Amino acid sequence: MRSFTYERATDARAAVAAVSRDGAKFISGGTNLLDLMKLDIEKPSHLVDISRLPLRDIEELPDGGLYIGAQAANSEVAADARVRTRYPVLSEALVSGASGQLRNKASTGGNLLQRTRCPYFYDTAAGCNKRDPGSGCSAIGGFNRIHAILGASESCIATHPSDMAVALAVLDAEIELLDADGAVRRVAIADFHRLPGDTPHIETVLRPGEMITGVLLPAPPPGRQRYRKVRDRASYEFALVSVAAVVSTTDRGTIDEARVAFGGVAHKPWRSAEAEAALTGRPATMDTYRAAAEAAMRDAVGQGHNDFKIELARRTLCRTLAQVAGAAEPGAG
Amino acid sequence: MIGHAVDRVDGPLKATGRAAYAYEHWEAGRPLYGFIVGATIGKGRITRIDTEDAEGAPGVHLVMTHLNAPVQGPRDESVSFEYWRAQPELTGPDVHHYGEPVALVVAGTLEQARAAADLVEVEYSTGRGRFDFGEYEDDVYIPKVVNAGLPTDTEVGDFQAGFDNAEVKVDQHYTTPYEFSLPIEPNACLAEPRGEDLVVYVSSQIVNAARASVAATLRMNPERVHVVAPFVGGGFGSKLGIHSETILAALAARTLNRPVKVAMTRQQVFQLVGMRPISSQRVRLGAERDGRLTAIAHDVTMHTNPDIEYAEQTAATTRSLYAAPHRLTSHRLAALDLPRGTDVRAPGEAPGMLAVESAMDELADALGMDPVELRIRNEPTVDPERNVPYSDRHLVDCLREGARRFGWENRPATPASVREGRWLIGYGMSAAIRGHFQGPTAVRVRLEADGTAVVRTDMTDIGTGTYTILTQVAAEGLGLPLDRVRIELGLSDLPASWGSGGSWGATNSCTATHRACMALREKLLEAARGDARSPLHGLSPAEAVFSDGDVGIGGATETLGEIVARSHPEGLEAEGQVRYMGDEPNYSDYSINTYGAHFAEVGVDADTAEIRLRRMLGVFSVGRVFNPKTTRSQLIGGMVWGVGAALEEEAVVDPRSGAFVNRDLAGYLVPVHADITDVDAVVLDGYDDKANVLGAKGVGEVGICGAGASVVNAVFNATGVRVRDFPVTIEKVLPGLPPLDA
Amino acid sequence: MSDPDTGPAGRSHGETAPLSAIRLNVNDQVRRLEVDPRTSLLDALREHLRLSGTKKGCDHGQCGACTVLVNGRRVNSCLSLAVMHEDDEIVTIEGLGDPDHLHPMQRAFVENDGFQCGYCTPGQICSAVGMLAEVAAGWPSHATTDVASPQMALTDEEIRERMSGNICRCAAYPNIVAAIRGTAEGGTQ
Repeated sequence: MRSFTYERATDARAAVAAVSRDGAKFISGGTNLLDLMKLDIEKPSHLVDISRLPLRDIEELPDGGLYIGAQAANSEVAADARVRTRYPVLSEALVSGASGQLRNKASTGGNLLQRTRCPYFYDTAAGCNKRDPGSGCSAIGGFNRIHAILGASESCIATHPSDMAVALAVLDAEIELLDADGAVRRVAIADFHRLPGDTPHIETVLRPGEMITGVLLPAPPPGRQRYRKVRDRASYEFALVSVAAVVSTTDRGTIDEARVAFGGVAHKPWRSAEAEAALTGRPATMDTYRAAAEAAMRDAVGQGHNDFKIELARRTLCRTLAQVAGAAEPGAG
Repeated sequence: MIGHAVDRVDGPLKATGRAAYAYEHWEAGRPLYGFIVGATIGKGRITRIDTEDAEGAPGVHLVMTHLNAPVQGPRDESVSFEYWRAQPELTGPDVHHYGEPVALVVAGTLEQARAAADLVEVEYSTGRGRFDFGEYEDDVYIPKVVNAGLPTDTEVGDFQAGFDNAEVKVDQHYTTPYEFSLPIEPNACLAEPRGEDLVVYVSSQIVNAARASVAATLRMNPERVHVVAPFVGGGFGSKLGIHSETILAALAARTLNRPVKVAMTRQQVFQLVGMRPISSQRVRLGAERDGRLTAIAHDVTMHTNPDIEYAEQTAATTRSLYAAPHRLTSHRLAALDLPRGTDVRAPGEAPGMLAVESAMDELADALGMDPVELRIRNEPTVDPERNVPYSDRHLVDCLREGARRFGWENRPATPASVREGRWLIGYGMSAAIRGHFQGPTAVRVRLEADGTAVVRTDMTDIGTGTYTILTQVAAEGLGLPLDRVRIELGLSDLPASWGSGGSWGATNSCTATHRACMALREKLLEAARGDARSPLHGLSPAEAVFSDGDVGIGGATETLGEIVARSHPEGLEAEGQVRYMGDEPNYSDYSINTYGAHFAEVGVDADTAEIRLRRMLGVFSVGRVFNPKTTRSQLIGGMVWGVGAALEEEAVVDPRSGAFVNRDLAGYLVPVHADITDVDAVVLDGYDDKANVLGAKGVGEVGICGAGASVVNAVFNATGVRVRDFPVTIEKVLPGLPPLDA
Repeated sequence: MSDPDTGPAGRSHGETAPLSAIRLNVNDQVRRLEVDPRTSLLDALREHLRLSGTKKGCDHGQCGACTVLVNGRRVNSCLSLAVMHEDDEIVTIEGLGDPDHLHPMQRAFVENDGFQCGYCTPGQICSAVGMLAEVAAGWPSHATTDVASPQMALTDEEIRERMSGNICRCAAYPNIVAAIRGTAEGGTQ
């Protein structure tokens, strides 16, 4: 780990001012940044500690939505009664991630900025365009069981590891950002993370010096919500595939509105407009779900070891849709 | 006392964080911190190594490379036991495998050492390495012997004829991956020079081996090396030998004349400690229609490092498990430029039985026979290859008792026939066998004048419960309450043992302790009988009863403390020993093993192929049990390793670099709490009088033997999908699942 | 607690950051120390305060051996900088109890044989104590059937899911669950 200087920011404006220094980075929960610093993957020369900024609260918004402060711990968000009752998909996603200890430290903002768990990104001796632009992608032709099946490029096939962000994707969340001039802007979650293209080292639309101050959830969408995570181990593992779904159906069993996003399959939370189009206005039946799954995976490409994720994603989507749109199936955790 | 479920005597220290492990000793004051720099190529040569920036970095005291490392004793192949051999480090510019140490950076703090390590610049000329087992699997050689000195190949009868004539056959290939022990305490060492002497605080399973190999490598008199290992944070084979962190810490400490400590990072453990070899196994079973086996063959190919041969005894248990007139076993090695293979819990037995007990399940399926019944039908009367009787074989008892307790009769008769909600439910079972071993071990027991006993040996407690069971054995041996026995372990200046490994530690050290106590009894009685001041003066020692700190003969009693205080105020001591098993006729005249039967129930998600253990039971026969509580814990631990091997554990080599790709605990999956549901172990009452005077046998490894097969057989029963490439993961089961239903 | 060895050696390139003076509240004691800003909370406890009950198993948040309680919450001390904990209340395994005065959870671990080698144990125990507080506060887990329900039943499945951030390679898992269940039912938190 390289040497760095450390300061604790006292307010948000001071924080964004402090991070304008060359080589400066924010630190909050530290659960990913310190992990990477120990391996000399992240090498900040100055750390601005924003963990004690007063950005921890979860507040009602006038439109019936919720504002989640960027410093709210993952466990706090998951346990918030309003999140649990109105946005259960978010609570479910959060508690399926990491461990109890990590969720107590990891912040909402930091979770969005998690970097990939690609083992070649973690291996400084291996080529990786994300870590070292221009050095190649070792995962292509390497061990790529956990890698992307959608939206990958010849430069990078890494996935985004967050569960939370997948739930935010179906909730149409907005990310609130503060820049060094004190200007606030909001970015839709769909636009926040980028696909790798030929610049996989640029992972979000965050501009230099900008800080995430909060996440805005619009009023809950109609219908039932569910987050389903598939992994080898029963807990404490990143998703091979996950699905966040919100579906509302009419009394006659027709799907009114459907929102679907996948985790573990792409460089960003993968909202599937194709699946949603295949669901909307259709009867809530397995045939419809299969058609949606086919649509969602139409452009999916395996890299060898991860080929199975295409069928796994299809099946996981179908079952999750059956749970939220069909008859209740309690206990199907 | 023996046989009681006594709480661990070291439990309060461990549960309060007061037990000091290797990296945590402060007796030597503040140490310097070493950090290992590993090679970033898999094969080749260092062409330039520039340490200037690292040496100039803040706090750095030393950067040791092959250019300035002290000359060391070479690895001495004439030393008969692997773990007593020297292991020099930084001996030259050649790189033999990825991650091999190329430098050690020593600095005032860990932060400084780690940062400076990143400043060591190394250039390599990269050679063409052999990294991919699949590519070289057929380019094999025949080792002279396999691990533990066992024969490489065996043949009984005429296998080919027997197999050809069999009415029902199984002929399948199974593969098992590289696996790591991964105790939660990474390998670590603190080396402290004291004049000409060197104190080595190290995480080691065998103290005597640590001393010998450190001394030989550093070219020191072994008397001047003092190993300290009172607590060891797990071993499972990975701390049987001495590894690079210890040699590097010792070299640096001697060079700087300062205490230096080095711990491997978790990632380094994957490259520097050695692993269970990858294996490809062909199992052929031929049987009559009634299930009686006529032919068994188990042919194994594994990787080995080219310089340090390691041949896991993967087919060895097959030689003793089932009866059949025609038999064949073989081991072959393919040399790869990877870290050396090494003992990982139940070496050979674990991967070998995973394959063979899967094949038995396939045979049962082919015969349409209950797999428990198939095994009972093939119970041998004598060891079928050694042609000697078994000492105390209770495999059938384990099978029957396990089936009864588990409710085996509820097993779905047809694969893929039971569904509960989204779960496909299946039952599986397997048998377990493991050889029992004995090795030279000495224990000294001393009675103090205050009537307390101290048991001393360089034996270790790696979580196995040594402190506790030696307390029990000594208390029983001397008729003392438990709280008047104290145990000192893990110091090389104490009598030498064979350490913890091979499931021999408990019986070796308990038997030696028992003998020391018996010798001490003789000395006590002799002292009392010859002493006119003793109430026992002149009484016949044959009638003596030792109980609650007293010796009684007839109506006369005296406390042990009084006898010692009067006759030997400085304390009275006796030593007990056990010999190498090769010198014990029982070990050649009998086939001495432990046995077990595993039963598992799994659920497989009908949509996603996620596999979850629902419950598991092991029933074991291990002779006499010293402590049912610690024994059950060890057996359950082994069973959980079986679950890991069946479903999760696999280290993947990148054939382009020779590096392990998933070299951390996020990438290499081991079972977590949520994976381990209702798991229990039951031990049958027993006493193996051929094993040792206490009738006990080892329990550290039989729990994993066969355990994985019960799980994978349950997956087959649940889904009808037979996976032979372990571990059984989602992608291997998914294609065999039925289409999604509504 | 400043380190005499950080200065003299090496031809310093002047790139090292100055030591930071910090004040930690560890086990109800105020401890002042000077640390390299790079020092993790874990290494500050182990190497500076010599509270080595908190263990390093992976140093990357992948095993849980380093779990301590910070302001009552369980966290991985390996993925935290000591300088970030000024004035935080930190409880380590040493602060829960000592061999003669065991915390109920420590006693339950001993009685249920909730460990073998003992190296993951301090983290398991601190995690269990923090976890029961989370349950008492009604926090949901991945094992919770309905996250919207405020009712929380401490089933074995809940315990196992919530403790999954603590790996035990000796695999004392069933005994750990028994120890935690017993402690929770004993209500002696």
